[in-house]
Amino acid sequence: MKHDISLTVNGDTYNLAVEAWRTLNEVLREDLNLTGTKLGCGSGDCGACTVIVDGKSVSSCLTLAVEMDGRQILTVEGLAPSGETLHPIQEAFIEKGAIQCGFCTPGMEISALNLLETNPLPSDDQIRSAISGNLCRCTGYNKIVDAIAEAGRRMGPQPKTRR
Amino acid sequence: MPAAQFDYFAPTTVDEAVAALVKGGRDTRVMAGGTDLLVKIRHRMLFPKCIVNLKRIAGLDAITVDKKSGLTIGATALLADVAAHQGIRRHYPTVAEAAGATANVQVRNMGTVVGNLCNASPSADNAPTLMAMAATVDITGPTGSRRMPLDQFFQGPGVTALETGEIVTAVRVPPPAAGSGTAYHSLSQRGKMDCSAVGVGTMIVLNGERCTDARIIVGACAPVPMRTLAAEKMLIGKKMTDTLIRKAAQQASEETSPITDVRASAPYRWKMVSVLTIRALADARKMALRKQKK
Repeated sequence: MKHDISLTVNGDTYNLAVEAWRTLNEVLREDLNLTGTKLGCGSGDCGACTVIVDGKSVSSCLTLAVEMDGRQILTVEGLAPSGETLHPIQEAFIEKGAIQCGFCTPGMEISALNLLETNPLPSDDQIRSAISGNLCRCTGYNKIVDAIAEAGRRMGPQPKTRR
Repeated sequence: MPAAQFDYFAPTTVDEAVAALVKGGRDTRVMAGGTDLLVKIRHRMLFPKCIVNLKRIAGLDAITVDKKSGLTIGATALLADVAAHQGIRRHYPTVAEAAGATANVQVRNMGTVVGNLCNASPSADNAPTLMAMAATVDITGPTGSRRMPLDQFFQGPGVTALETGEIVTAVRVPPPAAGSGTAYHSLSQRGKMDCSAVGVGTMIVLNGERCTDARIIVGACAPVPMRTLAAEKMLIGKKMTDTLIRKAAQQASEETSPITDVRASAPYRWKMVSVLTIRALADARKMALRKQKK
């Protein structure tokens, strides 16, 4: 049986009929063609699928789409809605060399946003703790930590709009 | 491989949830955060026909801290919310630390403390501290409600005392005794975010330097999070010296029955139970002495 849901992704509202077993990750990627959000391990360990739901970062691979009725979702596509001007986090990732293969990047950037919205000037330890649920097999993490610190300095204190 | 198929129901009251679980029997599984359940389904360890999601039940995520009745954590209160809760951090700091030491940011934003208990993993990070603090669970089922000490709730890996149709609606922690101190220490392969290979939670009560009560719970070194009763007995009534702490920690280690698995070998676990118990008892003693000075 399909369940009717209405969810908002990056400001756009979608009315969908989804089977109970489908994950938010599948619906984002396959039904909405928002393929920025990746699927890595599928078990909540790697963080490649991280999105923000109602102001909290979650693993979209362990979230059932049917649970998302009435929820507000932000994916990496929502960081740069125009597709032209990048978000300060994305700019910092590029400038600091925090992107290599790029597979972990969307999840890393979402986790970075989740941190910087409540803590704009985090310590290195706080950054490492905030991305402890995001695995990167290329960079060795140091450049990612640098990028997030830089993004925090550029963004400054954030109004808590989505919390 | 095709995805496992199941139906989904999101009740708005506990009674509706219980009715759905009674009707569905063993093929229906209750879900809070889903961070354990959905992984088990994906790994083909469970094949439910229906999932009952508790997160739409109003008020079930409540956290209350009260001087007389103690701490109550509702079934759907998130690990992240427990870790960040000001009242818990102030009055039950080790409960908040254990919740904050569970898994990673994303899992803490989905998963719940009560779900961590009901999943009944021997390595559940929240069990040792809560058991050490003499927590109880509130259970509602088809025949009504009951309350059970948490140390009787775990029956084996993945097995709890819950009967068909029963749900844990909250975990309760009594107010800590004057002169009490608590601590939780854990170890895992990847720093702190994956399943703990060893965890030790403790609560001690001091009168001056004399220990009047002690509870030591070891996680991931037996089929359930286990109390090490003989080690506790060694401390009670005595002056809590470093020497005594080391002896009790050695005793705690001897009481456990760890296995070798992907997370650690049994001999390593035995050694680490002793090391972590020393650290936990020393920290708990420090907290208890600090409270006495106030």
